[in-house]
Amino acid sequence: MNKHFFLAIALAALLAVSQAAAQEKDVGPAKDDKLVYAELAKAPEKARSKHNPLENDSDSVAAGRILFARHCAECHGETAEGGKKAPSLRAAEVQNAEPGAIFWILTNGVVRRGMPVWSKLPEPQRWQLVTFLKSLGVSSASPVAPAPNQVPTALKEPSSPPR
Amino acid sequence: MSSLVRLAIRVFALLSLCTALSPSLHSQERPYFVAYDHYLEEPGNLEIEYFSIFGTQRGGNNFHSFWTEFEYGVTAWWTTELYLDGQTTFHDSTVFTGFRWENRFRPLKHEHFINPILYVEFENKNGADKILKEGEGRDVEADFLTPNAEARQEHIREVELKLILSSTFKGWNFAQNTLAAKNLSNSPWEFGYAFGASRPLALKASAKACNFCRENFVAGVEMYGGLGDRHNFGLHETSHYFAPVLAWNLPSDWTLRISPGFGLNDNSHRFLLRWGVSREISGFGRMLGSLFGIRP
Repeated sequence: MNKHFFLAIALAALLAVSQAAAQEKDVGPAKDDKLVYAELAKAPEKARSKHNPLENDSDSVAAGRILFARHCAECHGETAEGGKKAPSLRAAEVQNAEPGAIFWILTNGVVRRGMPVWSKLPEPQRWQLVTFLKSLGVSSASPVAPAPNQVPTALKEPSSPPR
Repeated sequence: MSSLVRLAIRVFALLSLCTALSPSLHSQERPYFVAYDHYLEEPGNLEIEYFSIFGTQRGGNNFHSFWTEFEYGVTAWWTTELYLDGQTTFHDSTVFTGFRWENRFRPLKHEHFINPILYVEFENKNGADKILKEGEGRDVEADFLTPNAEARQEHIREVELKLILSSTFKGWNFAQNTLAAKNLSNSPWEFGYAFGASRPLALKASAKACNFCRENFVAGVEMYGGLGDRHNFGLHETSHYFAPVLAWNLPSDWTLRISPGFGLNDNSHRFLLRWGVSREISGFGRMLGSLFGIRP
């Protein structure tokens, strides 16, 4: 009786995990990228028009770089050009998006497509991430060529050792 | 060597390797021990956590209980967790008290002012369990007086449901949990609650990586206790606790937590000291898949 009970629980868990994994597999990377980028367009007008209060903050690019390495690079790649799990953030779709739209995606995530909500990061840190991402510019691998003032120097700077 | 032992060795080796080699990933962990907020584990990440409680006991021996958690982000909307529990009662013995399997689901796609999370847990434990992971029903301090040898004879299978409501506003997190638990033997539904509030000591991140930056520390308070059962709902003969909490999120992926808890009435333990250490292993699902050939 006990063995059957635990076996049933274990099987249910295995089935559920397999189902979730299978669902993830069904979505191909290219298709998934477009769907994730499409989420940017879903940002409400009010969120889109939000001004980045740290746009001109001198420390925000450096702070955002550290935050990116800690929270985002695992999925989006160390150079933000995309990884196995998540699309490039240096694509034109992201780089040409309003800061408010990127902030909205960070806050809400794309939960059904694997991106968690990042509202656990305080609002100033999310804006620091937006400032950093916008400093990268469009990747040369992207169909849209980068503007001369969009060289991603932010990624090249070495990070400081812990104090 | 049996295949089960070989499998256990492989999993242990993998966990050790992952812990040593996993890429840097720094979670902004909340400091709560009892209350839950609405943030789930990032998909594919495994967090290994060890928690410990020292508790005082009037009329009996003080105790040290402990549990290990394996928390895995299955998807961005589902986190599953396995707990292994034990305790040492001073001048008595050390016993393994059981396991728990917990699941948390995020039903809504977007962030709202109040965010609900659905929580379902199955517990298979014995009567010597002292981890005090929540307050429920009419659990009181005197329940812990039974010697381990006798208490562990009682087998408890319990299903626990929680509605977690959590909100983040101007850097503050406010969490409210309502709990309903049912012993699968013929016992009534029992109820409990937990509240939590916390905030990082600084909201902006520093421009240099650092261990002691204020944004790495999250401080707050939590309060929790029982609300009786279906036949006798309310505060009568229930225990309640108030506990300041502090978490230190280190850039090296480790999180340390500490919380002194204080009983608020005569049914509660006078003092509980909780502490914990955890480490997040990013990309664990992918590594596990590669090892067993599940995914390319």
